[in-house]
Amino acid sequence: MNYVIIGNSTAAVGCIEGIRAVDTKGKIVVISDEPHHTYGRPLISYMLLGKTDEEHMKYRPDDFYEKNKVDTILNTKVVSIDKDKKSVKLDNGKSVKYDKLLVATGSRPFVPPMEGLDKVEKSFNFMTLNDAKALEKAIDSNSNVLVIGAGLIGLKCVEGIVDKVKSVQVVDLANRILPSILDEKGSALVQKYLEDKKNIQFTLNDSVAEFTENTATLKSGKKIDFDVLVVAVGVRPNTELVSEIGGEVRKGIVVNTKSETSIPDIYAAGDCTVSHNIATDEDQIIAILPNAYLQGEAAGMNMAGEEKVFDNSVPMNAIGFFDYHIITAGAYTGDKYVVENGQEYKCLFTKDGYLNGFIMIGNVSKAGIYTALVRNKTPLSEVDFDLIKDSPQLMAMAKSYRDEKLGGAL
Amino acid sequence: MKKVWVNEEWCLGCHLCEYNCAYANSGIDDMVKALKGKTINPRIRIEEGDSINFAVQCRHCDDPICVKSCISGALSKTDGLITIDQSKCVGCYTCVMACPYGCIMPSEEGPMQKCELCTKNGCEPACVKGCPNNAIVYEER
Ligand SMILES: Cc1cc2nc3c(=O)[nH]c(=O)nc-3n(C[C@H](O)[C@H](O)[C@H](O)COP(=O)(O)OP(=O)(O)OC[C@H]3O[C@@H](n4cnc5c(N)ncnc54)[C@H](O)[C@@H]3O)c2cc1C
Ligand code: SF4
Ligand code: SF4
Repeated sequence: MNYVIIGNSTAAVGCIEGIRAVDTKGKIVVISDEPHHTYGRPLISYMLLGKTDEEHMKYRPDDFYEKNKVDTILNTKVVSIDKDKKSVKLDNGKSVKYDKLLVATGSRPFVPPMEGLDKVEKSFNFMTLNDAKALEKAIDSNSNVLVIGAGLIGLKCVEGIVDKVKSVQVVDLANRILPSILDEKGSALVQKYLEDKKNIQFTLNDSVAEFTENTATLKSGKKIDFDVLVVAVGVRPNTELVSEIGGEVRKGIVVNTKSETSIPDIYAAGDCTVSHNIATDEDQIIAILPNAYLQGEAAGMNMAGEEKVFDNSVPMNAIGFFDYHIITAGAYTGDKYVVENGQEYKCLFTKDGYLNGFIMIGNVSKAGIYTALVRNKTPLSEVDFDLIKDSPQLMAMAKSYRDEKLGGAL
Repeated sequence: MKKVWVNEEWCLGCHLCEYNCAYANSGIDDMVKALKGKTINPRIRIEEGDSINFAVQCRHCDDPICVKSCISGALSKTDGLITIDQSKCVGCYTCVMACPYGCIMPSEEGPMQKCELCTKNGCEPACVKGCPNNAIVYEER
């Protein structure tokens, strides 16, 4: 069996480990246009922060490819898939044949058209190790940095650089920060923390009308001078390889719970796909690392012939700034249970007898017990909700659950 | 694989396992020096209730969601044992978000810590050895 994987990141690694759990013999080829050994993409901000380095960022050990008998073709782009000949064409003109193909192409930065952007000499995205290295070279203690985008990626970039530069300003079209994972109260708390602790200046509800080399003029008329620009407005999934050959794409590549696309023998996983969010019962792109791994793993096992479904996708995020941590999961609809205490904030959302989502800020200890209730759709009738709403604990679970998981009398 | 199991009918809630865990993982030979005057941060934790108590530590899950969620590859599974390479951990809390039992927590130094069944301490699980009521056992099930 010839397995070919496009991409060399989380979904690809999940796929390799999934294949090897079933088939130790088949040939695996990994093709990526990035030149590096697989690395944890979210670590690029921690590298700038000094919490890790290129060596420690490796997502799997040095001998990973060798041990799993994987051939890598790095620094090489796949330009097209031939679904009839079952081969992929590379940008060096060569082709590679497959029996089973995984598309794990992730996403790329979305840069909206902005007047004068081409005049900005020091302009960066923040998606890859090379982006982070280039940004690191461009900044010093005198830099004034402007970040466009107050979402997860923009603000992690801010955390990575704020102590290395003179000032950081953030501009976003939305009226609050981290709108994809926080409610209004949560956004306000985290914004205040970043302003007070690191003097980060936010301009919300506004966007750039025009750039000159070192100045951004916003729609409101406000002018911001900067030396270095980071554009982190959003990402777009890399779906073209599949859409060009008639595969179904709706924002992301459409896959079933076995990670199969609409084209035979072609699978897809990770940030390039749409997932079914079980908390909202809607399809959406769930661009988080655990989702990429689990989908990739399911793809790999199915490619190798063992049936494996991944059917409990939910958005779930852990994000922190310095020592202030946030954990969220699920959807924020239903009845609210709120606890506020200074910098700490917790909000639980219950709906139709389930914990449908939660936000925890400040105190996030044991959050995974809540996450499991959301992911497993545990009926709250089986849980002592009065106990668990105060703090995540196994004491609130059914005794039979504890006996099974922790032991119980034999 | 052998794991630590708790019988909640027998657990006294005496917290001795927590102290033995902190001592075993301190790297210090003298128990008094290791623990005296310190707030312990053990990897095994007692949950206390009105009528029952029980100790909780990493379940060394067959399908470890912490490993699959870890953004750095710091967590891994070898022969059923789930371990952490603290030099790779960046303290992002994704594993805290994911662990269904609340069994992974920050160490004093920053990176996460979890029960590794005393495999790095050169002994059998110290919590089990010190349990006065045999409420926790280390066995294959
Ligand atoms: C700064 C930052 C911080 C993040 N923080 C977190 C976090 O804390 N927690 C979390 O859960 N998630 C986080 N994420 C998201 C997480 O990184 C992604 O969900 C995850 O990397 C998705 O993995 P993937 O394998 O689907 O795709 P990707 O990691 O995007 O990898 C896809 C790879 O395929 C390559 N590729 C694409 N097209 C081709 C082609 N035609 N030929 C060859 N190669 C190709 C790309 O170059 C890329 O290397 C963060 C992302 C960023 C950018
Ligand atoms: S830390 Fe939690 S999720 Fe990971 S193996 Fe242990 S119990 Fe399972
Ligand atoms: S805190 Fe450390 S061990 Fe946990 S997910 Fe993040 S990098 Fe991995």
